[in-house]
Amino acid sequence: MSTSFRMDAPYPRVLDRTAQGVIHRPLDRPEGPLKVTGRATYAAEQALEGQVEGVLVRATVARGRVTGMNDALVRAMPGVLGVFADARFLRNPAQGGAGEAPVQGSTEVFYHGQPVALVVAETFEQARHGAAALALRYEEAEAQLDPETAESVDRPDKRKLDQGDLDAAMADAHAKVDVTYTTPPHHSAAMELHASVAEWTGDRLTLHGSFQMLKYNKAELADALGIPRERVRILSPYVGGGFGSKLGISPEAVAAAIAAHELGRPVRVVMTRQQVFGMTTHRTSTRQRMRLAADAEGHLTAVGHEDRVYNLPGESFSEPTAQSTHFLYSGVNRRLGQEVARVNRTCAGSVRAPGEAVGMLALEGAMDELAHELGLDPIAFRKRNIPDRHPEKDIPYSARRFADCMDEGARLFGWDARNPTPGQLHDGEWLIGHGMAAAARVNMVSASQARVILRPEGTALVETDMTDIGTGTYAILGQIAAEMLGLPIAAVEVRLGDTDLPPAAGSGGSHGASSAGSSVFVACESLRTTLAERLGCAPDDLTLKDGIATGANRRAKFAELLSDGALSEEGHFEPGRTKKEVSQASYGAFFAEVGVNRITGETRVRRMLGTFAAGRILNEKTARSQCQGGMIWGIGAALTEELAFDPRDGHVVNQDLAEYHLPVNLDCPQIEVQLLEERDDMACPIQSKGIGELGISGAGAAVVNAIYNATGARVRDYPATLDKILGGLDD
Amino acid sequence: MRPFDYVRADGTAAATEAAQGGATFIAGGTNLLDLMKLEVMAPLRLVDISRLDLGGVEDMAEGGLRIGAMVTNADLAADAHVRRDYPLLARALLAGATGQLRNKATTGGNLLQRTRCYYFYDTSQPCNKRDPGSGCGAIGGFNRIHAILGASEQCIATHPSDMAVALLALDAEVETEAPDGARRRRPLADLHRLPGDEPERDSFLEDGELITSVILPPPSTGRQDYRKVGDRASYAFALVSLASVVEMSEGRIARAALAFGGLAHKPWRDREVEEVLVGEAPSESLFDRAADRLLRDARGWGGNDFKIPLARRVLKATLRTATGTEVRA
Amino acid sequence: MRMELLVNGDRHALDLDPRTTLLDALRDHLGLTGSKKGCDHGQCGACTVLLNGRRINACLTLAAMHHGDEITTIEGIGSPDALHPLQAAFVTHDGYQCGYCTPGQIVSAAAMLEEARAGWPSHVSVTLDGPVELTDAEISERMSGNLCRCAAYTGINTAIREAAEKTNGDEVPE
Repeated sequence: MSTSFRMDAPYPRVLDRTAQGVIHRPLDRPEGPLKVTGRATYAAEQALEGQVEGVLVRATVARGRVTGMNDALVRAMPGVLGVFADARFLRNPAQGGAGEAPVQGSTEVFYHGQPVALVVAETFEQARHGAAALALRYEEAEAQLDPETAESVDRPDKRKLDQGDLDAAMADAHAKVDVTYTTPPHHSAAMELHASVAEWTGDRLTLHGSFQMLKYNKAELADALGIPRERVRILSPYVGGGFGSKLGISPEAVAAAIAAHELGRPVRVVMTRQQVFGMTTHRTSTRQRMRLAADAEGHLTAVGHEDRVYNLPGESFSEPTAQSTHFLYSGVNRRLGQEVARVNRTCAGSVRAPGEAVGMLALEGAMDELAHELGLDPIAFRKRNIPDRHPEKDIPYSARRFADCMDEGARLFGWDARNPTPGQLHDGEWLIGHGMAAAARVNMVSASQARVILRPEGTALVETDMTDIGTGTYAILGQIAAEMLGLPIAAVEVRLGDTDLPPAAGSGGSHGASSAGSSVFVACESLRTTLAERLGCAPDDLTLKDGIATGANRRAKFAELLSDGALSEEGHFEPGRTKKEVSQASYGAFFAEVGVNRITGETRVRRMLGTFAAGRILNEKTARSQCQGGMIWGIGAALTEELAFDPRDGHVVNQDLAEYHLPVNLDCPQIEVQLLEERDDMACPIQSKGIGELGISGAGAAVVNAIYNATGARVRDYPATLDKILGGLDD
Repeated sequence: MRPFDYVRADGTAAATEAAQGGATFIAGGTNLLDLMKLEVMAPLRLVDISRLDLGGVEDMAEGGLRIGAMVTNADLAADAHVRRDYPLLARALLAGATGQLRNKATTGGNLLQRTRCYYFYDTSQPCNKRDPGSGCGAIGGFNRIHAILGASEQCIATHPSDMAVALLALDAEVETEAPDGARRRRPLADLHRLPGDEPERDSFLEDGELITSVILPPPSTGRQDYRKVGDRASYAFALVSLASVVEMSEGRIARAALAFGGLAHKPWRDREVEEVLVGEAPSESLFDRAADRLLRDARGWGGNDFKIPLARRVLKATLRTATGTEVRA
Repeated sequence: MRMELLVNGDRHALDLDPRTTLLDALRDHLGLTGSKKGCDHGQCGACTVLLNGRRINACLTLAAMHHGDEITTIEGIGSPDALHPLQAAFVTHDGYQCGYCTPGQIVSAAAMLEEARAGWPSHVSVTLDGPVELTDAEISERMSGNLCRCAAYTGINTAIREAAEKTNGDEVPE
């Protein structure tokens, strides 16, 4: 049996009247004991019969063709089983949701670091040395390496908006800013290395991989290999972090599958950390011109946000830098636009909160600057510019507790006690400053399916090919099912990460919990209807708790109602009219206290608080963790992270975790998070919205605004490393 | 990683004997294996010295300490004698790496760790240190972490150690044993070299020569400090670090030992800077003269230009603190 | 080459390529995949194990160098049915998300608490000679060799603090 639901209109808040009382609660992750004991097994941790090891080989020119290689020599090395270079190899990973193979081939080189061969040997040590020994010959061609001077630049229509008269509004402004912010390339740098173990049984491929969106990944892998999707199965029950870098099928998966087919043995290919930096997707740099104008009362009259980003030729993805600028603040005169430079660098793609993560660094910095110009408190200024209706589409907003988040955050943080004049507070060698910024992230939902099986013994099984990349999917899907079916949480088992299960939205764009959660909800609603019928009451009168159904003065255990066996129901959820009819987003506010060392320019975040409203919070513990993690990404963007490309050949210079600086524990204070109660009836039938990326969207701006408050130095070139602050400090 | 012969030495004589001609000692292995995996280093033979009897931190009869080459960074930092008499050394050790690495990294190995230059680490790039004659990728490339002092057109790499900087300020000496059995004791200042035209050579050690211990002279009475500036609060190599021993007498600087990390191909100590200071009453202008002296030949390479003002600021701040000079608000 | 490793109390005879790291020996030859490979260069801490009771990066040492040494991996710290207090606290305080760095964090924390109890100072210690007070900064500095990209540091630190209070004086399992 299956039931479909399309989000065309608000649905009753069923989860507010159910009786089990597990939804929203801060329950532990059910897979926690496996994770903390090392028993949760990730992609590379297979030991299949006859399994051998592959190591990828990268091109070392920025543009050109591979004309030959010393593969005969490598094949003769101890243990080496084969050297593979195949026209089906992926140039770069597929973009999120592509559902088809990206550019393929192992001959034409588009960037330094492109995977062009695979060396397979009996052992990892043999394969690694074989890969290092494989020498490639090239015919080099001219490469485009600088996004600022690249010959080919696209200006996508979908990013273009010219409304009113921005230039006139700027000219007439009481106060204005016209500033350029830049952000460097970032890398997801998930802790688990990209890895695939491929095994063929006849003409069927099973791939143990580390991916975020399995239904698309299955299609991409099948397309890349030129085989029907039905012959591909992907397993990703545990994913060691993704943050966008595992949205699409990646080069090691296709290479492993090809080699395994050829050799007739399972092949494992694990990228090195250097390869992860050099051949998985990363976030483009941005150059953003911000123009904001306001009248004497502090009402925005103009909003300009134009950016330049880059990507490889042939890649349709471009960072939606100004995504939240479209809806966050008022201002009738608006100009937004984008230039996409085509360069020979590793593929740019989604990294946690594509768009907001970097666009809001500029927007929220410029808002802080204009507030100072106006002599207004940054919160008062923002609140004055919360629009009644979407300033471009003229549609209403769904639930939006933006102002409440700022007010509540200000109260908890003690914002009123700060000194708005920069450079006034000291603590020994440290200059102390406070800053804030808005949080906003568009809300999305996607089609998603799940199967829920309710058994007579009072247990349930949830099955979907949805993934849990650390987001808490195992926890929240179990909680939704337990709440809806009136079962203790321990009575619900959740199976994920297997393409043989009903296809889900996948993890990406913060849409997973609402989409997959809604599909479980839809299946459970149908099961509830069946139980009500069997009990003999109206569905609205049914109460389910601890495996007992009550309604219309009747009461029965599930065993009685399911005497002819388990019930199985598939829920199909899909977006509908509410997607277009209202502007949907999650909102919040960030507050940071920093110390800037007056001698060295080093910045330390001393305190950081975030307040958020994202519809119904499904699990208060995992939601909080998502926000905390996002805010630390904000610290990284603000202070430490920059993926450096060599100007001469475009190779990734800092391609390891010693030199690509993720924040370490000591870079982060204990992060405070406050979640506000909210229901968004227009978002989905469980009234939740995305929260996985909200915590990063604007976070870094709060830190850099605090640096301004501490020192009077306005850093517009992220990250705010000490060299950019030194010049603004006294001797 | 290329195949190698693995030999476990049962004594220093056997170790030095086995370590000639394309062989490398392995102690903690935290830097060597890192580089071997990338085939930046590819020794034909690994001589495992981790179980040699070169441990222990002992008081010397004439005062001072003998630190065995196999003493781990963690043990050295935790040693009661070091903490009491050479706090600068403990501070420098604790400012470096991580708890895990310090448990493995040894005193001898730390001194001989290789540069963290990105281009040295990447075999797809030119590097005169890794591949003599191939060029220097860092010049004209990304060179945030590179040298501003003592570099050459062949190499602008820096030495990454914190510990070695502290030892240099403490006037440490290094004891070695050569394959012919000769034991030598020389100042640490003479261990590391500048790149010049042979950047592939980091030190003056001969083929097969083994560091057996580090000797610290009796502690001085001056104030000891170690300050490290980096791109993260922890677990980042020094952009600039300064190990200092400053002794005041009757309002004048009686002694100053100042060693810098992050500035050069070797831990950097410029006696002329110390001479500027000694015998003088502390003042801002004196500190500026010292900084001028330190940085008179400093050269930035684009990405590391900021190290020049940063080194000045760190030196002056350290001198202010060490001499008890009023810190200007 | 032949070697014998003592892992979680069990003796294992192995015949491995001399190039095999301790981490690969554990993961690929002994099936102990709890120790994770996140960088293979000692830069992330996911592979942290105890070597004769001390925390080290298993990726940066050769298995051949540890003939006869005692190794403790996450599998030897506790099991799903019998969680070590640190493991239980990580679950309670959500000191993880994706779980990949988690075994390394926990093994590292276990050893770190012993280091602190032994009075080892850290980079952020105000004095070098005192007993160590586990402030937020002390925990953070001592755990900075374990990266977490999910950035669960707040939960990690809370979990460690709670476990430290519960287990004060207890031995770390070896």
